[in-house]
Amino acid sequence: MSKMIAGRLTRLALTLLVVSFVTFVGVNVLPGDAINALIPIDAQQDQEFVEQVREEWGLNDPMLVRYGRWLGNAVQGDLGDSIVTGRPVTDEIVHRLPITLEIMFVAVGLSLLLAIPLGLLSAYREGRRPDRVISGVAQLALSMPVFVTGLILIYFFALKLHWFPATGWNRFSKGIGPNLKTVALPAISLAITEAAVYTRVLRSDVITTLKENYILSARAKGLTDRYILFRHGLRPSLLTLVTVVGLSIGTLIGGTLVVEYLFAIPGLGRRIFSAIYQRDFMMVQGITILITAFYVIVNTVVDLAYMVVDPRIRRTS
Amino acid sequence: MSSPSSVTAVGGSATEEEHSASSAGRVIRVLRAFAKMPWLTKLCCLWLMVVILTAALADLIPGLADPNHQGFIFGESKTNDGPSASHWLGTDNVSRDILSRLIYGARVSLIFAISGVSIGVFIGCVLGSIAGFLKGSVDSVAMSVVDVMLSFPALVGLLFVSTMLESRSLATLCLITAIFIWPRFTRVGRAAALSVAGRDFVTAAKAIGTSRRRILLREILPNVFPAVLAFGLVSMAILVILESTLSFLGLGVEIPTASWGGMIAQARQDLLINVWPLIWPSVTLIFTVYSFNNIVDWLRERVAVRSAAL
Amino acid sequence: MTIGVEGTTASAAAKTILDSEILRVEDLHTSFFLPIGELQAVRGVSFSLHRGRSLGIVGESGSGKTVLARSIMRLNLGANVEISGSAFFEGRDLLALSRREMRRIWGSDIAMIFQDPMTSLNPMVKVGRQVTEHLRKHNGVGRQEAKRIALDLLNEVRIPEAASRIDRFPHELSGGMRQRVSIASALACEPSLLFADEPTTALDVTVQHQILNLLSREQRQRNMTMVMVTHDLGVVAGRTDDILVMYAGKVVEQASTVEIFDKTQHPYTEALMRSIPRTAQASHTPLVAITGRPPVATHLPKGCAFSPRCPYVQPRCHEEDPVLAPTGTSGHKVACWYPVGSDSNREAFERNLSNRLPQTLAVAESLGADQSSETPISVPEGGLA
Repeated sequence: MSKMIAGRLTRLALTLLVVSFVTFVGVNVLPGDAINALIPIDAQQDQEFVEQVREEWGLNDPMLVRYGRWLGNAVQGDLGDSIVTGRPVTDEIVHRLPITLEIMFVAVGLSLLLAIPLGLLSAYREGRRPDRVISGVAQLALSMPVFVTGLILIYFFALKLHWFPATGWNRFSKGIGPNLKTVALPAISLAITEAAVYTRVLRSDVITTLKENYILSARAKGLTDRYILFRHGLRPSLLTLVTVVGLSIGTLIGGTLVVEYLFAIPGLGRRIFSAIYQRDFMMVQGITILITAFYVIVNTVVDLAYMVVDPRIRRTS
Repeated sequence: MSSPSSVTAVGGSATEEEHSASSAGRVIRVLRAFAKMPWLTKLCCLWLMVVILTAALADLIPGLADPNHQGFIFGESKTNDGPSASHWLGTDNVSRDILSRLIYGARVSLIFAISGVSIGVFIGCVLGSIAGFLKGSVDSVAMSVVDVMLSFPALVGLLFVSTMLESRSLATLCLITAIFIWPRFTRVGRAAALSVAGRDFVTAAKAIGTSRRRILLREILPNVFPAVLAFGLVSMAILVILESTLSFLGLGVEIPTASWGGMIAQARQDLLINVWPLIWPSVTLIFTVYSFNNIVDWLRERVAVRSAAL
Repeated sequence: MTIGVEGTTASAAAKTILDSEILRVEDLHTSFFLPIGELQAVRGVSFSLHRGRSLGIVGESGSGKTVLARSIMRLNLGANVEISGSAFFEGRDLLALSRREMRRIWGSDIAMIFQDPMTSLNPMVKVGRQVTEHLRKHNGVGRQEAKRIALDLLNEVRIPEAASRIDRFPHELSGGMRQRVSIASALACEPSLLFADEPTTALDVTVQHQILNLLSREQRQRNMTMVMVTHDLGVVAGRTDDILVMYAGKVVEQASTVEIFDKTQHPYTEALMRSIPRTAQASHTPLVAITGRPPVATHLPKGCAFSPRCPYVQPRCHEEDPVLAPTGTSGHKVACWYPVGSDSNREAFERNLSNRLPQTLAVAESLGADQSSETPISVPEGGLA
């Protein structure tokens, strides 16, 4: 068992290295770009000056060296300084990361809260009206891009009903109430589509489980349908839920970026957009690598969780 | 004798497949299948056909307004109009006809989606079949590259590359999308190839000394294709969403060009004055994506029922 | 009409608990409505069972025996099913009860053990939990108490090291032990009636014997009524008090176990007997299979369902479906126009032989080849297995 874990972790480290290298190369492969960001166009006439800046920023060194340098600093927590603001990239990330994480977390939580009962109900009443309604709605929810959902929510709940603010963010420091008000609409926008995905997966998984013989045994023991559904039917599907949540992190990340843009939330997503517009390659690099690393780590955690949740896998390893 | 045309990954009834191998037979089969669809799925098929046809033949539609004609510049004060006789769906906040923008916007979304899916299906089938059947070093290399590429969340990667490159023409976007999409298709194709390669008729072909290339072309590919195609259909929906998201963020096609996402972004500006510019593109977008999803689900159900009946 | 204890003095109207008749099935019909047509799985079965007795229901797959058991228990037959008739359990008609009322009966008054112990236990729930969860639900037993009871039960079913096994998962136990767990689970609420649906089919031959012994022992000790559904005559020989033989959804013969083996009357039962290999036979003796195939339940032949395969078949068999009627011996009923052992039967055999009917020829051949099949089988105490 611990051997398997060790193996997974080495795979993780390797992937992180490769991924960060590829991103680094991607950001830095266009020589003109960095220069354009550092020096305004008109000042580029002076070749000597340009050369000087290139030396200063180490832009003349071979890619591998530059990467090595960056990596060395990165593991110590130094991701360089933003070209535009001059502040350390790490600072900005640390400042904004909790916001992005909170949105994602709340979105996943809401989705599960919706998906588990709906998925169970759907599977329990397979083929009948509750199932058809739920599946139909899920199908529709899946087809809505996150920004459309967000805009509709903004229109009704923010602009018309004034229940929530249309944009902006209140940090935790200002209190949980105001914070919840600003996290609500963004998280719900994400949750609607995610919940649809989870519901469908859960539904199909539980339908399969309910056909198993041990469900029949449980019925023959006189246990109530609700007990059977939750205690016997849901358990094997917890594994599937974990997997599907992990798999959907990719789309969730993308969605969160969009949502931050839409609701003008000062999270990582918005920062990466502004960094891209401003050609702030240090910032872009830092945030992209962070996001990608996060994604890879989550996938690994899902793999590991798999091993823990299913006692059969635990045993055979 | 193994004849690829009668062996499908779907596992349909053999006699039906054999008799309908001709193209006339195929058309009849499709029509029959169409008749059996639930009404909603039929509606979705029709909708998609309408969208595709009008987008393709947009230039030929008589009386269709110029999507880029900003009337208010010329003194025609028709900004933010609701639906009217001359503008069936109204106008946006710079006086452009919404209907024609929708139609031309459909072009962008469809070209984006179709090109992405085509390239994906092609590479997925070819590369997937090779990797899955031949295995060995080709497989390991391909899979490592695929794994690395799949480690990048899609939107992030796309954003990243599209802004690093200066141009934002539709062609560039399609190209970049292709770069991000081929790994996913290859995964699907490889899985299909692996399962096909393990089947008896492949072993039989090998046993009589068929060259590997022939096996690939005759046995593997035809059976990998349906699985990859199915994934392609699902991807159509995803790509349409992706394109609209990019346009919404201002990172898609250049601004004057009509696109659904861009229209929605623009509708934000005067949202409280006029909600129509938001409604039309949103509804069109959602229903188009929904149509793809609905059809794919129906296909899946049909396959499941057929294989259960076997 | 009943099989079993004669002379029950309870008056006809008194269906109280003192009455030893615990289950009475009257004219049970079960049909499935499939896209291809109506499938009549059970076609008018009636029987009566007394407290403390054990009944074996024997038949091939497709005979309707499992559907019969599940229909009586009202268990999960799916959609498009129609059950008619009645099944009186301790005076109440099970088929007329609501699901909620059935739920109270399941597990606590009537229990069922299933065929495959691998799949009838939830792989993700600990063994101890599965044994007593319904006990807690039905009788409100507390957690500690439940654990103690689980331990007792596991010991009773002779699971070694029960204390450590109680917290294990099903896949950590062998097939035989898993079936013991299922039995313990079925016994937990002390049911008065136990259905065992092919309890040993999925087990090794060596283990089958142990499990069957365990079931017999439990049944005797608890004075529990048991119904054992099986395709294997060897399983019921010497273990059940009475036997019901089913073919194509109907009971073709019913009698006490001894009677069935000693004085077999239905051609199908006789054929079943003949196909059991016995140690008395020389090795390499070819097994006598029953010619033909079981009928397709959606297209049953007119008249007797066994007629296409019966060595004694006569024209009447193709026209009229035989009715289950008592023969001379008390409690022995058979549904056949030409029951084995009667003169008409012997004549029918001769007639068919001279007409060179295939199934009759096959029987004659095997009779010629194997002398020992003429002697009736004497049933040893422990059964044939």
